[in-house]
Amino acid sequence: MADKILEIRDLVIQYTSDKDVVHAVNTIDLDIEEGKTLGLVGETGAGKTTTALSVLGLLPKQQSRVPQGTVMLNGRNVLTLPEQELRKIRGNTVSMIFQDPMSSLNPVMTVGDQIAEVVKIHEKLSDREALQRAKEMLETVGIPGDRSVEYPHQFSGGMKQRVLIAMALACNPKLLLADEPTTALDVTIQAQVLELMRGLKKKFNTAMLMITHDFGIVAEVCDEVSVMYAGHIVEHGTLEDVFDHKRHPYTQGLFDSLPNIDDRRSKLKPIKGSTPDPVNLPSGCPFHPRCEYCMEKCSKSFPEKRQINDTHYVYCHLYDETSEDQLKYTEQEG
Amino acid sequence: MTDTVVKRVTRKEILKKYKKKTPAQEILGRFLANRLAIVGIIIFAAILFTCVFADLFANYQIDALKMNVPERLQGPSAKHLFGTDEMGRDVFARVIFGGRTSLWIGFVATAFSLLVGGLLGAVAGYFGGKFDEIIMRIMDVMLCLPEILLAIAIVAAFGTNIVNMIVAIGLSRVPRFARIVRSAVLTVRDTDYVEAARAIGATNSVIIVRHVLANCLAPIIVQVTLIFASAILAISSLSFLGLGVQPPAPEWGNMLSSGRQNMREHAYLVIAPGMAIFLSIFSLNLLGDGLRDALDPRLKH
Repeated sequence: MADKILEIRDLVIQYTSDKDVVHAVNTIDLDIEEGKTLGLVGETGAGKTTTALSVLGLLPKQQSRVPQGTVMLNGRNVLTLPEQELRKIRGNTVSMIFQDPMSSLNPVMTVGDQIAEVVKIHEKLSDREALQRAKEMLETVGIPGDRSVEYPHQFSGGMKQRVLIAMALACNPKLLLADEPTTALDVTIQAQVLELMRGLKKKFNTAMLMITHDFGIVAEVCDEVSVMYAGHIVEHGTLEDVFDHKRHPYTQGLFDSLPNIDDRRSKLKPIKGSTPDPVNLPSGCPFHPRCEYCMEKCSKSFPEKRQINDTHYVYCHLYDETSEDQLKYTEQEG
Repeated sequence: MTDTVVKRVTRKEILKKYKKKTPAQEILGRFLANRLAIVGIIIFAAILFTCVFADLFANYQIDALKMNVPERLQGPSAKHLFGTDEMGRDVFARVIFGGRTSLWIGFVATAFSLLVGGLLGAVAGYFGGKFDEIIMRIMDVMLCLPEILLAIAIVAAFGTNIVNMIVAIGLSRVPRFARIVRSAVLTVRDTDYVEAARAIGATNSVIIVRHVLANCLAPIIVQVTLIFASAILAISSLSFLGLGVQPPAPEWGNMLSSGRQNMREHAYLVIAPGMAIFLSIFSLNLLGDGLRDALDPRLKH
């Protein structure tokens, strides 16, 4: 078994304001092995980005609390490291690609300087060598090196995202956090950028946490998938486990909300209701008010972890023991 | 066939028409389209040139300082462009050498207050919280006092010399810079690229200078021109009151003050330095307004 780059255990993250406590992440476990890609899927507000920020140690200090849990990055707990150590890790061991390439580049610096900045922070290189490295990185992502003297406004959206990828990979990080890297791009460019990321991941042997709400992207680039709902990981497994043998009603609901290419006239079946308010989450399983298979105990207690096979687990009362509801569910699936 | 001339459009023209302008070109275009701003920059450049190269037009010791009683209180002539004062010194020479002092002190004082105020404002805006509260409340207290009163108090307390004057004028303008810089920093602080800079491991000082302040330059530049103007006015005011540049060294304010005695018969004695003050401040304000309109296209009156 390969070494684990990222190992998150029992992580709880809360945002506090004057009156309320926002339960953003509630006891999650996550593992990423060297060179592997994990997809983190869920609706807006499920806590995906918060999880990623915690790996960088970038949670807003004054407003956030981490009452329990560990985030082991390359064998060190990020949550207890001092700021100075964190700065050495950021961009070097772990780097992040942000959602919106349009606003993630500094408009008054040339792209070459911005890539060179990362290199200079983490490696002892002269300005010239750093710029040279920046040019090489631009070439790697398919942008001519002599465009390094241009400013972000001279690039298109897809190219800006490539620049950000170049920046993220400039110091050859062990783990790449990609926070919906293709959401702001149109579909053809999405495909290009995904293809590029897949190629580079292989080339640099970088592990990746792919945050997305698009199962298409997951199917294309990920090895494993975790489905997140209201701060909980409700189902986790390999691509095959989750795509072909999905267990959790929420995962089922997400797939039902996708248009079916084989039967274009079939109606979409959206999940009714909307994501719960993270300030006061529903009791028991947070999904129970929206769940078609809701049972009495669903509102009373949070389900136990059920291991379906070695790689596949789910948190749902349907699998507690053989009950009528479960039979109903499996029959329908079959 | 008709005789109509077919106007041929060359490829170059088409390219020129559709070529995207860089932001710098756009700003320059907007600035050049503003006639008042052009007037301002021309007047200020002329004043700056004559003051910086004053030695080309007159000799400091002979024309501006040395008494020449037989030629006292002469009206403007070819020999003495603005006439002579009550001690026979050439008023033109005194105006340009006085301008040198005013512009120099004004520049240093502005730079001083930009440095101090900018730093305080940037730190307050970037870190927020208690830092912000403490710094900005102190700035509010300073803002309660009229700037000129604060400057007079500082000079009166520590004595009149150039350094004290620079500190007095600079310090009294610190709150204005702090407020402007803080508000500009607040708009940039939460942008994605600042977050991205944090995510690559940049230190706070690097983020503040390279990412935050670099994106707040527009309002800061505008404020610099306006505060430069107000600093020049403050120097003249202090000198007029006898708290600034001391005679016999020429300065616009102390020239006004000494010219007062003979102002009824010899109005040119006060008109010359008065116009110098007026024109330099007027041109700087036009320049500042022009820059503001050019740098911030959303602000259309």
